[in-house]
Amino acid sequence: MPGNGQAVLRVQDLKTVFATRAGDIHAVNSVSFSLQPGELLGVVGESGSGKSVTMMSLIGLLPMPPAQVRAGEGHFGGNDLLKLGRKDLQALRGRDIGFVFQDPMTSLNPVFTVGFQIMEPLRKHMGMDKARARQRAAELLQLVGIPDAERRLKDFPHQFSGGMRQRVMIAIALACDPKVLIADEPTTALDVTIQAQILELVKELRQKLGMAIIWITHDLGVIAGIADRVMVMYGGQVVEYGPVREIFANPAHPYTRALMTTVPSVRGARAEKLNVIEGQPPMLSQHPTACPFRARCPQAFGRCSRENPARYTVAQGHDTACFWDHETGGERHV
Amino acid sequence: MLSYTLRRLAFAVPTVLVISLIVFLMLDMAPGDPTASLPLTIPLEVREQIRISLGLGEPVLVRYFKWLQMTLVTEPLHVLAGLTGWDIAPDGPRILSWQTRSPVGDIIVQRVPQTLWVVGLGYLFGILIAVPIGVISAYRQYSWFDQVGTFVSMVGFSVPTFFTGVVFILVFSVWLGWLPSMYDTTHVVRDWSSFVFQVKQIAMPVAVLALFNASQISRFMRASMLDNLNQDYVRTARAKGLGEQTVVLLHVLRNSMIPVVTVIAIGIPTVFTGAIITEQIFRVNGLGDALIRAIYVSDWPMVQTITFIFAILIVLFNLIADVLYGILDPRIRYD
Ligand SMILES: Nc1ncnc2c1ncn2[C@@H]1O[C@H](COP(=O)(O)OP(=O)(O)OP(=O)(O)O)[C@@H](O)[C@H]1O
Ligand SMILES: [Mg+2]
Repeated sequence: MPGNGQAVLRVQDLKTVFATRAGDIHAVNSVSFSLQPGELLGVVGESGSGKSVTMMSLIGLLPMPPAQVRAGEGHFGGNDLLKLGRKDLQALRGRDIGFVFQDPMTSLNPVFTVGFQIMEPLRKHMGMDKARARQRAAELLQLVGIPDAERRLKDFPHQFSGGMRQRVMIAIALACDPKVLIADEPTTALDVTIQAQILELVKELRQKLGMAIIWITHDLGVIAGIADRVMVMYGGQVVEYGPVREIFANPAHPYTRALMTTVPSVRGARAEKLNVIEGQPPMLSQHPTACPFRARCPQAFGRCSRENPARYTVAQGHDTACFWDHETGGERHV
Repeated sequence: MLSYTLRRLAFAVPTVLVISLIVFLMLDMAPGDPTASLPLTIPLEVREQIRISLGLGEPVLVRYFKWLQMTLVTEPLHVLAGLTGWDIAPDGPRILSWQTRSPVGDIIVQRVPQTLWVVGLGYLFGILIAVPIGVISAYRQYSWFDQVGTFVSMVGFSVPTFFTGVVFILVFSVWLGWLPSMYDTTHVVRDWSSFVFQVKQIAMPVAVLALFNASQISRFMRASMLDNLNQDYVRTARAKGLGEQTVVLLHVLRNSMIPVVTVIAIGIPTVFTGAIITEQIFRVNGLGDALIRAIYVSDWPMVQTITFIFAILIVLFNLIADVLYGILDPRIRYD
């Protein structure tokens, strides 16, 4: 469970609701986690499970309205992100927390040069003059592996390939040496070889720069390769959280277990068909009063539809929100 | 960028030529004849002589090329000579207005300043009002500002200028007596009080046009801003920690202006043609007024020339819009 005193980011009971015309959408419900300095936290979960909304809530990037952060704390460097004023949050974004988004084709402004876009946060947050910022921008481009960096600063985004643009996005996110980098499915829009290159780059940059990273993905394979810790989300809640080895060796939540079987294995016998998790994702129209996964869960029993499980510790630093005990195969006595 | 511009230009020239032929032929074949309005007592032979002297007897193609040469070379050179005092005016016949018997170029030169002042100011003020309204309406979508803006521009756009013009005259000239209802072209600005009078007499036609243009352009501006406000790059700009002003007025506005600038450029000639009505209402004797009068009396040379000028303006500003598009959008510039 979160609670480590030296965490760079500690989130407690975050709750985000979208008040839409068709009614409320409870996208994030009582999410808690912490991020240690230099660690890479992998966040997995199916589409709509609230991964992006969780991170965007913290940094105030959700459209408000309709979004409302109704409860929670987000401790970061002595501040509560959720209580900071707009200006303070702005000063923090891009300086202490960097972002990389999913689609590099649309995430850069088409009418400004790449150099200008990298220099913007440098000039705003670090107070650099033009010449100094340009020099630093060239260094950054070089750092993310773009050859001929000096000259390419003058190019526009459309003159770069998708993978190159994502490198540019990473350069922007890292411009001010942030303590935390949040990468929201940064490789989903890229083809497999480029994906591998970006992963390599991030691993390498992590060693060089030592920032903590939150890496959102659908891909457990990616998590296995780079994460220190894993957070599994379902229906706007954290259903399992723990060190990566522990989660892969000993998955506790039926959803996590199901996720593992959907990963096609490269070695070993080829499965007859790809496993899919049967059933529909949960409705998020109200605050959960029962386990959101129960309708799709092979282990579900009476209590699951009466009560929403809390997060129970199953091992050192490993917890799960489930009434079913994977070790005994029976009900958890809590 | 240069090759892009040249390519566009290569399209524009034949377009102008085709239009010129159409303008010439259409009016050439139209019924109505300047001799038709002559008194019936004039004998037929004399009538025929008048027709020949007016150039109506020659084959069509000959007349077309003669006309084209006079329209594109002779008249502009005469006009230029008149404006600069250079000795470049060529000899040979000029296009004469059948109505006034003076060259069309000279008449047009007298008419253009009024149109430019009234219509130009109307358009300029329209843009200056429309852009901020469009930006704020989009940024505060569905706010009361946006609602009021939407309503006013709906009204401004759907009510024709001849109606708003008459309403303005009724209110400000007839009832309140603040502004003159007629535009006095002979008025010269000499001192402060004559300047004030000029402002007063130009206020209504400019306001009517500005309202109409602003209604249209602010809608475009709003739509374009809305398109861009939801784009991913806006989220990136915010994630970088930029202030809302920078995000909206630099990142979003710069992108939103691309289609709006194009629309504004393309709209300039249609504003000229559309202003014909406003000129009639306020008795501004501009280009549009000249065209209407020429049509009444079947003064074909005049009609042809003004129509052709409008056509050239349309092609020219389309070209300008294309080039502006290329300048504003690097994805096109570097194609
Ligand atoms: N602007 C919005 N208005 C209304 N509902 C929203 C909005 N943004 C997100 N949601 C809802 O919040 C829920 C969580 O969305 P979120 O984007 O966090 O999912 P995700 O886990 O990131 O999924 P993906 O893997 O597809 O990115 C979804 O049910 C979504 O419909
Ligand atoms: Mg997402």
